[in-house]
Amino acid sequence: MNLSAFRDIASTNNWGLLLPEIYLVALALVLLVFEMLFRREDLALIIRLAIWGQVLLLGLMVLSYFEGFPSKTGVAFAGTLRQGPVEEIMRLFFVVGSILTSYLATIYLKKNDLPRTEFLAITLIITVGMMVLVQSNQFVVFFVALETVTIGFYVLVAYCRKSPFSLEAGLKYLVLGALSSAILLFGIVLLYGAGGNPELPGRVADPMNFDALAGFIAANQSNPLVLAGVIMVLSGVAFKVGAVPFQIWIPDVYHGAPTPVAAFLAVSSKAAGIFVLLTLVTGPFASLDSVLVPLLSTIAVLTILFGNLTALPQRNVKRLMGLSGIAHAGYLLVGIVAAMTVDWAVYAVIFYLVTYLLASYGVFGVMTRLSGDEDADQELDHYEDLGQRQPFLAGVLTIGLGSLAGIPPLGGFIGKLLIFLAAFQAGLYTLLAVSVVGVVLSIYYYFGWIREAVFRVWRCPTGESASGSKDAAPIEVTPMDSVTLGGLSALSVGIGFFPTLAELLMKLPG
Amino acid sequence: MVFDSTLLLLSFLIPILCGLTLLGIGNLSKPIVRLVSLTGFTVPLLIAVWLYFMFIGAPETDGYRFLTQLDTGLSDFGIHLTLGLNGISLPLFFLAGLVGLAAGIHALHSDAKRKQVYLSLLLIMQGGLMGTFASVDIFFFYFFHELALIPTFVMIGIWGGFGRRTAAIEMTIYLTLGALISLLGLILLYQSSGQTSFDLITIREYIASQPLSETLSKSIFGLLLFGFGILVSLFPFHSWAPRGYAAAPTAAAMLHAGVLKKFGLYGLIQIAYPLLPMGATHWGPLLLWLALGNVVVIGLITMAQRDLKQMVGYSSVMHMGYCFLGLVTFDAIGVGGAVILMFGHGLSVALLFLLSTAVFHRTQTYDMKEMGGLVSRAPILGAMFVAATFASIGLPGFANFWGEFAIFVSLWNYQPWVLVPAAAGIVISAIYGLRAVAWIFFGKPSEALEEHWKENAVVDLSQGERLSASLLFAGLLFVGFFPRIFSDYINMDLSPFKSDNAAMARSVDPAIEPHGFIVAEYQKEEGSQ
Repeated sequence: MNLSAFRDIASTNNWGLLLPEIYLVALALVLLVFEMLFRREDLALIIRLAIWGQVLLLGLMVLSYFEGFPSKTGVAFAGTLRQGPVEEIMRLFFVVGSILTSYLATIYLKKNDLPRTEFLAITLIITVGMMVLVQSNQFVVFFVALETVTIGFYVLVAYCRKSPFSLEAGLKYLVLGALSSAILLFGIVLLYGAGGNPELPGRVADPMNFDALAGFIAANQSNPLVLAGVIMVLSGVAFKVGAVPFQIWIPDVYHGAPTPVAAFLAVSSKAAGIFVLLTLVTGPFASLDSVLVPLLSTIAVLTILFGNLTALPQRNVKRLMGLSGIAHAGYLLVGIVAAMTVDWAVYAVIFYLVTYLLASYGVFGVMTRLSGDEDADQELDHYEDLGQRQPFLAGVLTIGLGSLAGIPPLGGFIGKLLIFLAAFQAGLYTLLAVSVVGVVLSIYYYFGWIREAVFRVWRCPTGESASGSKDAAPIEVTPMDSVTLGGLSALSVGIGFFPTLAELLMKLPG
Repeated sequence: MVFDSTLLLLSFLIPILCGLTLLGIGNLSKPIVRLVSLTGFTVPLLIAVWLYFMFIGAPETDGYRFLTQLDTGLSDFGIHLTLGLNGISLPLFFLAGLVGLAAGIHALHSDAKRKQVYLSLLLIMQGGLMGTFASVDIFFFYFFHELALIPTFVMIGIWGGFGRRTAAIEMTIYLTLGALISLLGLILLYQSSGQTSFDLITIREYIASQPLSETLSKSIFGLLLFGFGILVSLFPFHSWAPRGYAAAPTAAAMLHAGVLKKFGLYGLIQIAYPLLPMGATHWGPLLLWLALGNVVVIGLITMAQRDLKQMVGYSSVMHMGYCFLGLVTFDAIGVGGAVILMFGHGLSVALLFLLSTAVFHRTQTYDMKEMGGLVSRAPILGAMFVAATFASIGLPGFANFWGEFAIFVSLWNYQPWVLVPAAAGIVISAIYGLRAVAWIFFGKPSEALEEHWKENAVVDLSQGERLSASLLFAGLLFVGFFPRIFSDYINMDLSPFKSDNAAMARSVDPAIEPHGFIVAEYQKEEGSQ
């Protein structure tokens, strides 16, 4: 048995680098223990612990940056993990996403009277999976992290056991997710097998490692096994992102999944997929750009068009968010294609993800607040006259949707602008034209939603509100909602007026 | 000097802050709402007046005065908040302040529901407008335009009239398409000018030293022309305008048709034409036909309207055709005329929208054939309306006249036959304008109207209406009698339209230019006879 590999790993084990992940896992375990020890009436404590524990982590991480933000990219654990400024930002991103998901979950779970601790613990574990995923520099770590995320989502999507929609969504996600994992694994194995083949030029000792693989792929650009492997790996990741032709699960799963889970899928899971795609095509697969640029460009075009066109006639807002999310994946893919030639496009993509997070969680927050007894049943009509009934939520919704549509002066506009700039610099004129068409199409459904919420001040001839008895009930907004959702909206606006974040990102060494 | 630049910054910050105050703090008492919104509407105009008088004495840097630069966080892309005014932006900056105050006063006296939100959106729009014309950086030029555009959609959607929701969505989609196309053009321009800055001055210098290739110049100009064209309702991309204006609440229609719509023309004059002359000559012939489409086709459509607001909306689309004709000539006189016409039209169309609403309040209908005899009951309204119609037709004494006159002179030098359809357009606008006056104010009121008037006594223009109408009217008359207060400044910054084009088209004697182009064209007219 070759023990040198283990020795190697042991000597580069720097557990300090993974402290945030360890903290989160510990937090998840503590939650489960508390669940056993405490009575059901004390559950509020567990929820507080989960959320404030994560906020504490966020604070500690930010505090640690006062000593200096990580500026160099380095590897640890014998080259299986890679850490640098970009990865650090993504870790922060996932922690923020996790906090917001947990927050939405408490609203949702209270409404539906579902067990809370498990949900929160799984959310934490998924977050850890994503954080490791973006740092992975080796296919085994990559796959294990990805599966941690996926399996966690299998549970969360089907979390509402009493809802047939949720169960159906869970089953669909399970079947298609397993399929994509299989494709991904197959691709990894093909690359591994080809990379270890002694007869091929540039054979490497560790074909699982991204850096080693990069050299091997560069030496065997036209090898069919390599090409098949690369495309299968990318397909597996494209499934997480929801890029055409692996988008078909999205509307059903978003429709059925609890709203906080849909938000988690839409933002964090998509961001993880996009980031992994970015690392792959700019890292190990970079030498195949002659194949990948046309391939990814085609996928981006199809994704943008599919997402926007199918979202046009949607009346169910959860499906609408899912399908428009596909379109956002398309714009991000444009950024990824640009990143293959323009270095700073990586930061444009990350900036876009940040604005997407701020806007999406605002919208999903409003959706969570407004959802009725059946979570899957959220139609545009339910938003009628929201501006009168609950002006605060209507404002949050308007800012969130406006930012998603990319309307200045909101953050989403700056995000799109940076992606467009990168695409211009990379000379991707066709993609730009398609993106513009997509953005214009998206105005129709995003503003259609705003129209229902804000413009429609419908009065029945009898003088009563048309929204019926169910919706006429007052919508409660807790002070915490005001802080969280108001804060998200304020950030969306603020980042549009002062996109200092973009400048900070650009200053990071690549 | 720093003081004046700060004023430029305050000219849009104050209305925006006032707007946010009204939006953020719910249910303020009436006097406070009034105070805050009047501050937000008045300060920009005062700043504009002050800067107008300081303009000539202010030191000039790269063609701009009061130049100042602030960093907002995108300096790595060469995006700075660069503010400044030149001779072309000065009249429009002034126009924005004037129409903004008029619209604000009108809104304050209107009976809109949830007036506080209404006023706050109008203030944000006003801030965006001031910012647009004060920006030298093309990113912020675009940014402020969108900032002004978004409240328009919301205002139409909430406070609009019949068919407001459809109109709001249609307008949103149409104008976003136009804005995005022009954004692509602007980015392409930035991209092809060495990617160092969005600053118009830097781009201008770069392109002067390294001219763009012909294909690039053509394609950028095409993007800008159609992008901006959609925003200015260039034929055949005009269909959003009449419907949108007909549905819009009055103050929003005044600000949009009066000021915001001029953004596209302003962009063409400041950015596209000076930087991309090759593109301009390439697209010129097509633009000529489209502009004639605006004048003749839309003119005929306007004649067929019976709905007062639709008619005003269509007529505003039609008059944009003259501005485009002025641009097509690519000549200092024509372009200068277009700028004056933009100023005059901005005031006259805002006045017409205001008065149409005033007419509606007294007749409860927009159908002109249902009206009649209003002049005996509301003489001041009648007089104002007649004067506004004269102004919009372009009769002497109003600012529009100088614009149209200069454009016609320039067209004569460009291609004489164009004058025929262009002059026919004037006749068309006289027909529909005067016929509207006849229908609304003279003759006998319909029976329904008689009934209505029996129950509700007709009052003449209220104080608020009178005040805001007088403001607009004063601007029209003032520039109508003293066009030099702006024409000299405009003339200073028309150099791109004088140098390389003069050789191509005609022999324009540069010796007579210092007197201002209006004077110059008189002399030329005399010389040619």
